Amino acid sequence: MSALIQVREATQVFGTRTIFRDVSFGIDQGEVFVILGGSGCGKSTLLKQMIGLLPPTAGEITVASYSVNTQVEEVRRHIGVMFQSGALFGSMNLQENVSLPLAVFTDLPKEACAEIARLKLGLVGLTEAASRLPSEISGGMVKRAAIARALALDPPILMLDEPSAGLDPVTSAGLDRLILGLRDSLGTTFVVVTHELASIMAIADRCAMLDAKAQGLIALGKPQDLKQTATDPTVRAFFHRETL
Amino acid sequence: MLALPVNLRLLRRSDFGVIAERAGLQALPLVLVLGFLIGMILAFQSAVPMRQFGADLYVADLVTIALCRELGPLLVAVILAGRTGSAYAAELGTMQVNDEISALVTMGINPTTMLVLPRIAAAMMVMPALTVAMDAAGLTGMASVLAAFGYPFSAIKAHITILSAPGDFLQGLLKGVVFAAAVALIGCRAGLTASGGPRAVGQAATAAVVGGIVATVLLDGLFAVILYRLHL
Ligand SMILES: Nc1ncnc2c1ncn2[C@@H]1O[C@H](COP(=O)(O)OP(=O)(O)OP(=O)(O)O)[C@@H](O)[C@H]1O
Ligand SMILES: [Mg+2]
Repeated sequence: MSALIQVREATQVFGTRTIFRDVSFGIDQGEVFVILGGSGCGKSTLLKQMIGLLPPTAGEITVASYSVNTQVEEVRRHIGVMFQSGALFGSMNLQENVSLPLAVFTDLPKEACAEIARLKLGLVGLTEAASRLPSEISGGMVKRAAIARALALDPPILMLDEPSAGLDPVTSAGLDRLILGLRDSLGTTFVVVTHELASIMAIADRCAMLDAKAQGLIALGKPQDLKQTATDPTVRAFFHRETL
Repeated sequence: MLALPVNLRLLRRSDFGVIAERAGLQALPLVLVLGFLIGMILAFQSAVPMRQFGADLYVADLVTIALCRELGPLLVAVILAGRTGSAYAAELGTMQVNDEISALVTMGINPTTMLVLPRIAAAMMVMPALTVAMDAAGLTGMASVLAAFGYPFSAIKAHITILSAPGDFLQGLLKGVVFAAAVALIGCRAGLTASGGPRAVGQAATAAVVGGIVATVLLDGLFAVILYRLHL
């Protein structure tokens, strides 16, 4: 059986700058896959490639055996995305933000969309803030609302770019529980960019580490294994919280 | 293409109203003041030399044609570029660098339908109204100068040619609508192609203003040639 998401030799070059080269891995259905690495190593870029927003300079990515390059509509139907900035629409309140994908992709009446939106906001603890505008809430709340919007259609794949950045440890742990809960109940596959070591150890089935200097993948595997057996100094430093 | 009706459902009337109000109603005071002053200045500047030939009442004809056919739509387009084109670029540019545009795309929503079309429509809709306001204010300014020179209002009115032959005025309106579409399109495009952080938003706004004004003048030249060929 081939993997749900297959990345083959993905390469990204901006102008003359190579961000990463020949990145390959597969992600199975129901897996929580974490992408990590230092700032600027291309994590968000890789995520954008996987949803077809950025055509890879070279290489191929398939999602549920649809090619991201040529069948991007099919690919997007499978994926909910939370962007690093949250990317909430400033002119809509949180509930309208979360309802939007429902209004686009389903024939549900308006009230049903609003009800689902409130439910999803409840999952991330934002029931009270449903009628507030993105400019009226904190950075951490923006992140959580963006997660709720990514969840709106119960997509089989969720891609979260630094969901826990800016969240307090308690909320962050709650988010980890939410991820594992969705995986166990709905079989959702997760691709998560995060730096939180505790969170990685708690949720990740496998992780991939990118590095800006190496311009590519420097580690791929179960976090426990990487922690024990990795020889690469950058990988060791990350998992053992050492300074290089 | 199939997604279009779905997208149109998302065009929110309230959004359109806000966009149109900002582009139109909020520009009105500036348009009126500028129009009145330009009318006065034009009338005064041309009345002094024309007086040597005893033709100073013909200033009314001159200013009417200059204003309604050329300056009115041109000045309103410049105001639109400075106020609205730059605002479109900044709004869409912020959405672009904030990944909101990407979020729309991943939701299967076409940003052009949801963001660009209503903005172009709003600009094209407010443009004739603003042009009429500019023309009216300018003619009032001109009339007040001539009145100060001692001409009775009825005599001035007889020389405001568009009242009997509105061709020049209608040409101006038509040109204005085309200018508005160009200014709005260039503003939106500058915003959507912004990349690389907050600085890009400022650059997009600048590009929108410069591009909007240049496009307006080029289109105006094109109109001059075409209308001349058509003997209008
Ligand atoms: N559109 C673009 N054009 C040119 N360079 C880009 C573009 N997008 C990203 N980059 C560059 O690619 C590199 C990787 O960016 P990316 O956002 O993927 O990093 P990241 O790993 O997500 O970092 P962070 O942890 O800070 O979010 C950066 O150096 C960035 O400057
Ligand atoms: Mg990033």
